[in-house]
Amino acid sequence: MFLLELQSEEIPARMQAAAAEQLRTRFVDALKAAGLAHGTVTADATPRRLWLIADDVAAASEGSAEEVKGPAATAPAQAIEGFLKKTGLTRDQLEERETPKGVVLFAMLRREGRSAGDILAEVIPQIIRDFAWPKSMRWGGASQSTAAPRWVRPLTGIVALLDEQIVACEAHGLTSGRETRGHRVHAPGVLTITSAASYLDQLRAAKVLASSAERRQIIAARAADLAAQAGLSLIPDEGLVAENAGLTEWPVPLLGRFDPDFLSVPREVIVLTMRTNQKYFALADSTGALAPAFICVANLDATDGGAAITHGNQRVLSARLSDARFFWEQDLATVRKGGLEAFLPKLETIVFHEKLGTLADKVERVAALARWLCESGAVAADPAQAEQAARLAKADLVSATVGEFPEVQGLIGRYLALEIGIDPAIADAIRDHYKPAGQGDDVPIAPVSVAVALADKLDTLTGFFREKMPPTGSKDPFALRRQALGVLSILQAANIRLPLRTLFGTDETADQLMDFFADRLKVQQREAGVRHDLIDAVFALGGEDDLVRLLARVTALQTFVETEDGTNLLAGYKRAANILKAAEKDGPPPAPPASGKGEGAESALATALEAALPAAQAAVAEERFTDAMAALAILRGPVDAFFTDVMVNDPDPSIRARRLALLARFRDAVHGVADFSKIEA
Amino acid sequence: MSKPLSFQSMILALQNYWGSHGCVILQPHDLEVGAGTFHPATTLRSLGPQHWNACYVQPSRRPSDGRYGENPNRLQHYYQFQVILKPSPPDLIGLYLGSLDAIGIDRAKHDVRFVEDDWESPTLGAWGLGWEVWCDGMEVSQFTYFQQVAGHDCAPVAGELTYGLERLAMYIQGVESIYDLAYNDAGVTYGDVFLKNEQQFSAYNFEAANTEKLFQHFRDVSDECRALVARNLPLPAYDQAIKASHLFNLLNARGVISVAERQAYIGRVRDLVKAVADCWVEQVK
Repeated sequence: MFLLELQSEEIPARMQAAAAEQLRTRFVDALKAAGLAHGTVTADATPRRLWLIADDVAAASEGSAEEVKGPAATAPAQAIEGFLKKTGLTRDQLEERETPKGVVLFAMLRREGRSAGDILAEVIPQIIRDFAWPKSMRWGGASQSTAAPRWVRPLTGIVALLDEQIVACEAHGLTSGRETRGHRVHAPGVLTITSAASYLDQLRAAKVLASSAERRQIIAARAADLAAQAGLSLIPDEGLVAENAGLTEWPVPLLGRFDPDFLSVPREVIVLTMRTNQKYFALADSTGALAPAFICVANLDATDGGAAITHGNQRVLSARLSDARFFWEQDLATVRKGGLEAFLPKLETIVFHEKLGTLADKVERVAALARWLCESGAVAADPAQAEQAARLAKADLVSATVGEFPEVQGLIGRYLALEIGIDPAIADAIRDHYKPAGQGDDVPIAPVSVAVALADKLDTLTGFFREKMPPTGSKDPFALRRQALGVLSILQAANIRLPLRTLFGTDETADQLMDFFADRLKVQQREAGVRHDLIDAVFALGGEDDLVRLLARVTALQTFVETEDGTNLLAGYKRAANILKAAEKDGPPPAPPASGKGEGAESALATALEAALPAAQAAVAEERFTDAMAALAILRGPVDAFFTDVMVNDPDPSIRARRLALLARFRDAVHGVADFSKIEA
Repeated sequence: MSKPLSFQSMILALQNYWGSHGCVILQPHDLEVGAGTFHPATTLRSLGPQHWNACYVQPSRRPSDGRYGENPNRLQHYYQFQVILKPSPPDLIGLYLGSLDAIGIDRAKHDVRFVEDDWESPTLGAWGLGWEVWCDGMEVSQFTYFQQVAGHDCAPVAGELTYGLERLAMYIQGVESIYDLAYNDAGVTYGDVFLKNEQQFSAYNFEAANTEKLFQHFRDVSDECRALVARNLPLPAYDQAIKASHLFNLLNARGVISVAERQAYIGRVRDLVKAVADCWVEQVK
């Protein structure tokens, strides 16, 4: 068994899991490259160490032999010299061999198996040197050079043991050994590790739980116990469990309380303060309401059972909640006196973007747009309500509470609105107009919320595009892609029929916006398994700017092209399109088309088209896209027969012209549904 | 626990501790600064190859944080205890923990934690990696390994410790308001010493400061700074840069610098500091 421990000053909690995995991967890759066999490899971290244990490490690597072909025996001395250098052999060690090209020199390279200790002594420094941290630093005397060793925080020691033996090596100015440290308070002295096999138990005895999973388990279980003992329940928070496990080597959850008077502050603000600022767990009572209590996780068994720690944490939280309550009450006083409108003048002093005016300017635009969305019938909300909601939606950005806790923007506006009796539909819109904030976030569907959420996002998008600031490559500083995705999600979830062109217009910027939405739609639909070429095929028709209808069309198209009829019709279409393209290259047909429908397959196709074209058109007009596809499907047989039986390029120019015209009608009929030329076979 | 240390005893204990670990015990820099880091003993001495260990108390002024003496947790003038160790010694964390022992924090009863917090000063063009140190959930110190100052790589790297003295004293003494802190063991409180100061300076910072003159001063000290750099006098030039920084903070508190202008002003101060540091680095390399 092999043990590697890399001690350092406290590693940021958020980096520990990835670092352990990196250590494991680098180790496994390095042993593979060296040909050293091993069993299971486990890697993990505490705040003060990254460690790895490999079971069943072979005593040595397998030997190997390799034959390398060199230059001809008659080659210039220089070439032979080069080959000798490359292989590390002498001339008399090379083998001369007859080949069809004359006598050629061969080198037989034998690699002896190497001992595990030798290999590990090479591998460890390499891993340390190559290790990649999200952020790393220099330290100490060595940092006189800017090329000094780097680690996430100062690296303080290396333990490398193959069973009981030290694997001697050096890295970052440290020499490997068997000395480590236990818990900072409980076992502050040097801890000498006897063997790789005893490492975890020795650490445990020194009050260090090396396994992050065990620390997480203890935190979660003990916190739940403490909550239950107090008649409360823990509000689960996996992220917080992991973070606390990354801050402790000997986690000890403790339950503290705060003054119930603070519960007048919005719940989200309290939870946010506890979670983000203090890393505390929140608790709920039996009705699900927030309880005036919390659980913090200490890093030791305190001599007084945690009384002083609990007391200290209670004081810190109390000071923070006092601040929060102060801000909240200040905001309440403001809106009770002057409504949410009291905040609005301050929005005039905040620049949204230098080219797009202040937040007050934005609010004006969003309010007008929200009203228009309702008046135009796209959103079924009262235009006056939508406008009012939009006017108030950004008010809380200048509230004292949001100034202190930016994450609760919108939420605070809603609470303040409800406090002064504003219609809940408007209050909800204030909270929800930022949504969806990302994938997996709630998508608003209440009409007033939809109107404001769409108006806000569409205003941002059109504004930045009009001012020539669209996202480019990986740069999307105003998160316009996310905004567009938000628009798409809302349109779909609330089934909003909004012809985007009526909003964007028809100029170049409008075209860019439509292309941008098409791209976003493809990205969004990829996950749902919708083919991007089919989206292109429908977009290419032009004129389709209602994304809900577009998607319905794409869905029907996808179903159709995946049937046998669809595949064959597509093949027929492509053939027709190619013939037409070739003919168009030759210029217009020299003769007027012959009259009549011709005979046989030609006449049959003409007749079928006469039936299919109006049927498909009518179905499209009524948004029965599956029926439109079915109408086209009827053409499959006649088209196949036409290409089998009929020669388009008839010697008689007028007959040729008639047949070309027929194919053009067929192509146009198909285009009534989608531009099949965009579909990838 | 025995009687907790008074504010002044705590400062003395920290000075004794770090003095006994090889630090020069300096006095505050005699100009208004926003934080202990601005003291030339940190900003300039963290540059160049020379070894340097120092500690000092630095009164720090943040005009916008004034609350007219009415908020028990906020001051526009407060004290930081600053330690700078270049190069950063081995086991700096251990040394730091020893300083907590020295001011009477029993680590068998209290939970001291190192929580990731990377430090950055846009005004000084400086950054480093480190932690905020928590004691029972309260931030009591900032702990940083300087990587760059004024755009120059620190070689060697200095370890910087900043103790928030009022906060730490409130914690040790168990009081809820800064003004109730025992300043000494003879009955003088922090409020006795500083309440009037907070009231009057809050009024000055927010209401009375003549902004037209402050803008003029800002231009003057900026010019002076550049002139001194041109004469290869980085230390006096740095004082002018410090003044520019404080004048900007005052103007900011008076609310006459818009959000858009803010970055531009910070950039101007940073450019001054950079010019000074370029000149300084040439002298000490």
